Amino acid sequence: MYGFLIAVGILLLLSIIWMVYRIQTLVSVMKGSDKKVATGSNKVNAFMFVLFLVGAGGLMFWYSIKEFDNYNLPVASEHGVITDQLFWITMAVTGVVFIITHILLFWFPYKYQYQENRKADFYPDNNKLEVIWTTVPAVVLALLVIGGWKAWSDITAPAPENSHVVEIMGYQFAWEVRYPGMDNVLGDHDYRLTSATNVSGVDFTDKNALDDFMSPVVVIPKGEPVLFKIRARDVLHSVFAPHMRLKMDAVPGMPTRFWFMPTKTTEEMRAELNDPDFVYEIACTEICGRGHFSMRKEIRVVEPDEFRKWMAEQKPYIVNNPSLVADLPEELKELAEITISEHK
Amino acid sequence: MATANTATHSATAHDHHDHEHHDNFITKYIFTTDHKMIGKQFLITGMLWAFIGGLLSVIFRLQLGFPDMNLEWLRPLLGGWITPDGALDPEFYLALVTMHGTIMVFFVLTAGLSGTFSNFLIPLQIGARDMASGFMNMLSYWFFFVSSVIMFISLFIETGPASGGWVVYPPLSALEQAMPGSGLGMTLWLIAMTFFIASSLLGGINYITTVINLRTKGMSFSRLPLTIWAFFLTAIIGLLSFPVLFSAALLLVFDRSFGTSFYLSDIYIGNEALPNTGGSPVLYQHLFWFLGHPEVYIVLLPALGITSEIIATNSRKPIFGYKAMVISMLGITILSFVVWAHHMFVSGMNPFLGSIFMFLTLIIAIPSAVKVFNYLTTLWRGNLIFTPGMLFSIGLVSFFISGGLTGIFLGNSAIDIQLHDTYFVVAHFHLVMGSASFFGLMAGVYHWFPKMFGRMMDARLGYIHFWLTFIGVYLVFFPMHYIGIAGFPRRYYSWTGFEFSNMYTDLNMFVSVAAIITFAAQFIFVFNFFYSMYRGRVASLNPWRSTTLEWTTPLHPGHGNWPGEIPTVYRWPYDYSKPGAKEDFIPQTVPLSATPESNLPHEQELVKLEKEIMADEETELVANEAKQV
Ligand code: HEM
Ligand SMILES: [Cu+2]
Ligand SMILES: [Cu+2]
Repeated sequence: MYGFLIAVGILLLLSIIWMVYRIQTLVSVMKGSDKKVATGSNKVNAFMFVLFLVGAGGLMFWYSIKEFDNYNLPVASEHGVITDQLFWITMAVTGVVFIITHILLFWFPYKYQYQENRKADFYPDNNKLEVIWTTVPAVVLALLVIGGWKAWSDITAPAPENSHVVEIMGYQFAWEVRYPGMDNVLGDHDYRLTSATNVSGVDFTDKNALDDFMSPVVVIPKGEPVLFKIRARDVLHSVFAPHMRLKMDAVPGMPTRFWFMPTKTTEEMRAELNDPDFVYEIACTEICGRGHFSMRKEIRVVEPDEFRKWMAEQKPYIVNNPSLVADLPEELKELAEITISEHK
Repeated sequence: MATANTATHSATAHDHHDHEHHDNFITKYIFTTDHKMIGKQFLITGMLWAFIGGLLSVIFRLQLGFPDMNLEWLRPLLGGWITPDGALDPEFYLALVTMHGTIMVFFVLTAGLSGTFSNFLIPLQIGARDMASGFMNMLSYWFFFVSSVIMFISLFIETGPASGGWVVYPPLSALEQAMPGSGLGMTLWLIAMTFFIASSLLGGINYITTVINLRTKGMSFSRLPLTIWAFFLTAIIGLLSFPVLFSAALLLVFDRSFGTSFYLSDIYIGNEALPNTGGSPVLYQHLFWFLGHPEVYIVLLPALGITSEIIATNSRKPIFGYKAMVISMLGITILSFVVWAHHMFVSGMNPFLGSIFMFLTLIIAIPSAVKVFNYLTTLWRGNLIFTPGMLFSIGLVSFFISGGLTGIFLGNSAIDIQLHDTYFVVAHFHLVMGSASFFGLMAGVYHWFPKMFGRMMDARLGYIHFWLTFIGVYLVFFPMHYIGIAGFPRRYYSWTGFEFSNMYTDLNMFVSVAAIITFAAQFIFVFNFFYSMYRGRVASLNPWRSTTLEWTTPLHPGHGNWPGEIPTVYRWPYDYSKPGAKEDFIPQTVPLSATPESNLPHEQELVKLEKEIMADEETELVANEAKQV
């Protein structure tokens, strides 16, 4: 019933619009205004540009200021402070250009709208102007690039020797986090060894693997360098930790890495934001299939002492999965059994 | 007839009999070799695709704006893709995004824009009877048509169309186990794109040959309208980059079907370790973006060419800095081939490459900036007439600025770490590539409609269409910057699973509503287009009082374009408001010797030369006439 009424209403509305349109056309033919170069609509359109400039500009400033704290994510890494700074410098530079060019673009139509008794300026070129507005952007862009290049070189430089290594492996549709254990060296892996109990395909014939352990959350210390070793076992994924300003693809067959220095513990951030539920997160930013939008992992940043305590409490993976080392050669098996008994 | 010189004789004769034999329905509307009809075929097909592509975006915008909405009412259309509890299937969401991107980039803004206007305008504006090869041109359309049919069919197959994003990165797109869309849907995608590439190449070769060889007398390169320069350079970019996409696709086909390992290595999927080793997914990305970035300019340059022409005409002023415009387009053409890896800063490629590509990318911003400043100066002290075409052109410049500036963020690899694959990118490319090119397309249709169909589109509906679309586009895409800065990843079915993105539901709702209204506003255009085609006011020969050659043809030019001789060109295409001239425009066909009152000093010197050439021609004509008698 409602559907029918709405349909009738829409039909009526359409036919009214249609009639107004026809009458308009006929009137303009009668008045001969369709023969003129520019009609009254020219004024309306010219005015609309100015109106748009003021309206849209106002809306933009209002919303950008009002929402600033919402869209501006807090930073929690050392390099993130720098990239954020670059971001806002670029914003300032481009913002000025954006505003000036748009004022000109929307004001000119108003100022120079058609007038029958005026003639446009014949102004085909001016080499001096062209040179100016080629070199000025070139210089400005060069400055921006140099800033970006410096930051980029630092961020992508080799990780410091003392970095804490964490392996993050993406698969459909989750992350698997592996720590190297007390030796800070991850054991080898081979994708052919992957199984339900050995999700990361760890190769336990490498003795570095014996003390490796898995963790449901990424726990890292504040103020010490952390190196993410990133890989994927099926399709592309991408590790994105928004508060750390960190992103790196996970590529099957090609390990990647990203190191950074966390600057605020989760607790500190909770206090700062006055949000007791705050957590650092990892999301996936490379399309990987059905569950792409749900590859969540939590990062917990803690004080270094707490981190060391936590590390010491973790049990090597083989402790609860002794079947993985059952077939090892004698020597290694002995080593593995020692590791297991130490943690029992 | 007798005065026609021999070179043009046969074509002319042919033309006069146009309506007597030669044209049956099939040869006129379907397997036509007339560049004008082929252009219209591209246009209509492109419009159909734009409708489909837009509809897909509305469906996924419903999901993003109203995640809890019951979509049961879409079941008649989408069938099993609506889950039993009335939500959109997440895999189908990805399929929608993928098809939307593919359709918009390739089918609408490459074929629908470049295909339409390169075909329609090149011969008309350079003074040629048709394209260099009408037959190849016809093939170009029909390859596109076949490609369209295959892509369209892929929307309806049971496992769904390709779903790995429009860039179809392997291994996702290579492995059926990874998602159902990577099965038959992906196969059809690859076949369709192969036909599409063939179509683009056939078209491109034709455009290039035609511009080089078939310019009319006097139409030197320095007298080409900027539209033609844009189409010409676009065709060159396409010719150099599409084959690389083809090879990328070919290797992907091998990996998918013949067990090779170009892109695949160390993969464990579906409880099974695959035998492939040694391949590199990053290799695919390099190959893809070697086309992918130039593709952005394939889409954009024609739009910029079209607006240059329209802005000059409707400002009643020469385009400012014609040479600078050509040089910056040349610069963009060349540089567009050396910036591709800015899409891959965090793909795991060597960071040193990242630095190189950051420098190269920011260089390409310079010619783009020059173009914007030149547009602004063209408007300055003009006498502006706001035809719908002009409005859309000004809109384009606005989008080009807004979207171009955000490119400076993304081109900076340090900043891109955070912004890559977030909604900031979606906002950026929709403004600079999507909306700008779309506005170029609209501007072109409004401006050349009288030449295409001999009638005028209704201006008032055009104004309404423009303002709704212009405001709508900003309302849709501007807010995406905010959620992008906030870190919302793209290609996400839902953001509520994360703390950091569990907000802005109101803004997303707003964007979706704006998108639906903007989409609906396009029907004003569709109505205007088809209504005016049959019932619009009959156009005058040169409704915009423009200088270029296409307006010297009859109202309904036949196959061959000019009934008599092809006009000769004596001046550049931007003699608007020349001091001393009676009218505020002087067509390209008016000799300098006929306008002593408005000639500039260096042109006055050319008058003598011009007279000599004309005298030579005269004698030649007389000689020919004598032979024929
Ligand atoms: C009705 C107007 C449009 C709307 C509302 C719209 C909206 C969107 C949105 C929200 C996305 C991101 C989806 C996601 O990442 O989950 C998207 C993707 C995309 N759109 Fe549009 N769009 C529109 C028109 C266009 C046009 C004219 C183009 C032409 C260039 C275009 C090209 C693309 C491309 C290339 C993608 C990326 C697809 C991918 O991620 O693989 N869109 N669109
Ligand atoms: Cu993913
Ligand atoms: Cu690019």
